[in-house]
Amino acid sequence: MALLEVKNLDVTLATSRGPARAVRNLSFDLDRGQTLGIVGESGCGKSMTALALLGLLPENGVTTGSINLDGQDLLTLNEDAMCGVRGNRISMIFQEPMTSLNPLHTIGRQVTEPMLIHQGMTRDQARDEAVRLLERVGIASAAQRLDSFPHQLSGGQRQRVMIAMALSCKPDVLIADEPTTALDVTIQGQILDLIADIVAEAGMALILISHDLGVIAETVDRVLVMYGGAGVETGPTASLFEHLAHPYTQGLFAAVPKLGSGGRRGQGARLATIPGLVPELVDLPTGCTFADRCNIADGQCAGTVPTVHDVAEDAGHRVACLKPDDAKRQFAPAEAGR
Amino acid sequence: MSVFLAKRFLTFVATLLGASIVVFLVLEILPGDPSMTLLGADADEEAYAALRLKLGLDDPAFVRYFEWMWGMFHGDFGVSYAYSVPVMELVWGSLGLTVPLAMFAMAITVVVALGLGVFAASRHNKPGDYVIMTISQLGIAVPNFWFGILLILFFAVNLGWFKAGGFIQWEDGIWLALKSLFLPAIALATVQAAILARTTRSAVLETFREDYVRTARAKGLTRSQTLWRHVLRNALIPVITVMGLQFANLLAGTIVIESVFSLPGLGKLVFQAIANRDMPVVKDIVLLLAGMVIVVNFIVDVTYAVIDPRLKVHDV
Amino acid sequence: MSEEKQNPVMAALSLMMRYRNFVIGAVLTGLVIVAAFLSTVWTPHSATDLAIRSRLQFPSLEHWLGTDHFGRDILSMIMVGAQNSLIVGIVAVGIGVILGVGLGLWAAARRGWTEELIMRFSDFTFAFPAVLSAIMITALLGPGAVNSILAIGIYNIPVFARISRGAANAIWSREYIMAAKAAGKGRFRITIEHVLPNITSVIVVQATISFAIAILAEAALSYLGIGTQPPEPSWGRMLNDAQTYATIKPYLAIFPGAAIFLAVLGLNMLGDGLRDILDPRLTRGR
Repeated sequence: MALLEVKNLDVTLATSRGPARAVRNLSFDLDRGQTLGIVGESGCGKSMTALALLGLLPENGVTTGSINLDGQDLLTLNEDAMCGVRGNRISMIFQEPMTSLNPLHTIGRQVTEPMLIHQGMTRDQARDEAVRLLERVGIASAAQRLDSFPHQLSGGQRQRVMIAMALSCKPDVLIADEPTTALDVTIQGQILDLIADIVAEAGMALILISHDLGVIAETVDRVLVMYGGAGVETGPTASLFEHLAHPYTQGLFAAVPKLGSGGRRGQGARLATIPGLVPELVDLPTGCTFADRCNIADGQCAGTVPTVHDVAEDAGHRVACLKPDDAKRQFAPAEAGR
Repeated sequence: MSVFLAKRFLTFVATLLGASIVVFLVLEILPGDPSMTLLGADADEEAYAALRLKLGLDDPAFVRYFEWMWGMFHGDFGVSYAYSVPVMELVWGSLGLTVPLAMFAMAITVVVALGLGVFAASRHNKPGDYVIMTISQLGIAVPNFWFGILLILFFAVNLGWFKAGGFIQWEDGIWLALKSLFLPAIALATVQAAILARTTRSAVLETFREDYVRTARAKGLTRSQTLWRHVLRNALIPVITVMGLQFANLLAGTIVIESVFSLPGLGKLVFQAIANRDMPVVKDIVLLLAGMVIVVNFIVDVTYAVIDPRLKVHDV
Repeated sequence: MSEEKQNPVMAALSLMMRYRNFVIGAVLTGLVIVAAFLSTVWTPHSATDLAIRSRLQFPSLEHWLGTDHFGRDILSMIMVGAQNSLIVGIVAVGIGVILGVGLGLWAAARRGWTEELIMRFSDFTFAFPAVLSAIMITALLGPGAVNSILAIGIYNIPVFARISRGAANAIWSREYIMAAKAAGKGRFRITIEHVLPNITSVIVVQATISFAIAILAEAALSYLGIGTQPPEPSWGRMLNDAQTYATIKPYLAIFPGAAIFLAVLGLNMLGDGLRDILDPRLTRGR
């Protein structure tokens, strides 16, 4: 049994225009010490998946399926029990360090808060621990920084504080949702390295969410590609980048000029080679959601739910596509040209 | 003192100065020579001249302005034309009614509005929210003096729980005095509480959408812990802004409500003074009321700096 | 969703539900306007003629809302009073809009010390709520409808100056203004051609709400006896008269107050409704 087992996860948001299926039939496993990257365009359901894991969906959201943490289905827990999981067993780092810290509270107060509510520490114990944590994430003169306010810190420092906060209760699972997107390019690498080091050190599981294939390739050992709320391809990072079995993954990859540079690219440039727009979650096609943008799709694709094929069976690399052979053929020349 | 507070203090002083100049121009210079009003049209030239000398009316305007200001700072508010007693004596007793009444009404406003606003926000889009929002929508439209009359009709005339009007002096018992101010304070507070409840509700709802609130929830705080520790203090900033503006409305409203409940406050005094063409009294009262509004707005600015650490070092 | 498309009645009803503030507000405001216009040609009875024999009558078929202490028909007085409230609102808001928006646009166009001066000026006029400036003006010029309108109008100037400056500043920072500047257009032309049209919705919403405040303020001033003078009927004045007789004839105090209440409620809801329609972003928090 894996540490975290997500099975047939569905997230539906009630909107004024009808139910929007933000996540559809998503399954993945994650064990201690493993790292998983979830990649996809904005609106593909990757952030919704993260919020569903924490039970923090907006009020109009409904989740079905199961999310097992050490065999305990989180979806069956009541709100109080979920509060005991959040920040304690599953922690999250958010995209916007500038706005994710309370501007009116000191850094110390915010970093110690999880320890005070989950671990019953005294204020002094929590403060000592907070200094250690801040030192670990690379904040200079950590003890003095406890009394600073967020506005006195730079963006990178704030993200380090967010990381310290997320780590404070030594969670089993750390979710990082676009942790570097809002940061300067020069800081991005440092923050990613820090996250990777800490995760390895503590042996926790990491879910790294990003739209950036470069960030994903550098940091995680497994990748899940999401499109229109569903997983379209999943596999070990090496195998995935070797085969690029799904036309959408190929599109994402083709839009990245140099893999592994870690640089930031504009959304428009990255997706220039994929025609069309991200589908509306309210009226998704009945079959393959990518059909209308796919260059190998035929009349059958839009009406038929894609079947799952093994790309590299031993590595657990799978793709959800009706025409995996066509996709493979189309990718081959590009591979040869490299 | 931070840059923010220093700047606000300068604005505060400049605003007081500007207000006093306006009051002086409108009520001292524009009305022209008061000796005519005081002595009538039939008095002889010497009598006019003597009075003008006595009142210092022959001095240049700026000298009279500085004398007025100097006096105000030293508690010398000038002499009433109509009663020939120091204005201070007239004003002091009335202040003891008007200021407590405004503060009483403000207290009711704040308690009711914060309670209802936070409750409505916590019941967002549920029946409790709709009921409170509907009541407050109606409450905003109620003219306070009409509401005062209705309160008198119901609680004083019908039920006999309160007196229909009049003020029981503080010396005769604090509770009795407060009781005689209760209906007026309710009449004043209703509209303001309705406005402030709506402000509070939207501020709380807005704050609940902030990223740091999501962070707090992700740490494992319950909804109510999040509300008390992270939302309320942040939501207070717009609420305090509106409270500051409301104090001005409450003071102005006091003048009207005093008339409804026949209370001998600043309102009554100023209307008598207008009827008597007693300009020194009008002038002093108008400046006092404006001054109180300005002082309250300054207190609001200071409160910002206390709540928000960003203002302690940074300029806004 | 799909049923609405098929049934036009349901579609209309659902649209009215979505914009119920606007609908209720428009109906109530329309009622006041109709009453005011109707009263210029017809009222059930004379609103000014005294008829001592039929004084202080309870509401009846003859006098729907009863009569006052001079035997005047309350309904007729309320209808004529609506004229008064409308005129006060229109003129006082008009003063505020013309001068206030002018100052606000000027401040946004000039920036620098002009803006600072105008804003500091509007800062300290906030120290004089409408009733306070009305007291000053009454002390100076004596009581009367015109003076009270003037007082409310003056109070409105900084309100509109602030709101239009804020909105205009946001417009001035847009790219198309840069383009207009680059094309060599002057500040005045840019203000008239680009800024003013883009802040109209904000001003319309504020005007509706200020209209409600003006009606309230005028009623208060007339109640105090420094606004509209008798025998001109005004809602505030009627309440003052009614209070004398309220203990024996409570209905006297009900109807004029209810008229003010409904007019103000209508305008407030109209303002909220307009905001829902013109600027949906602003309604997020409500």
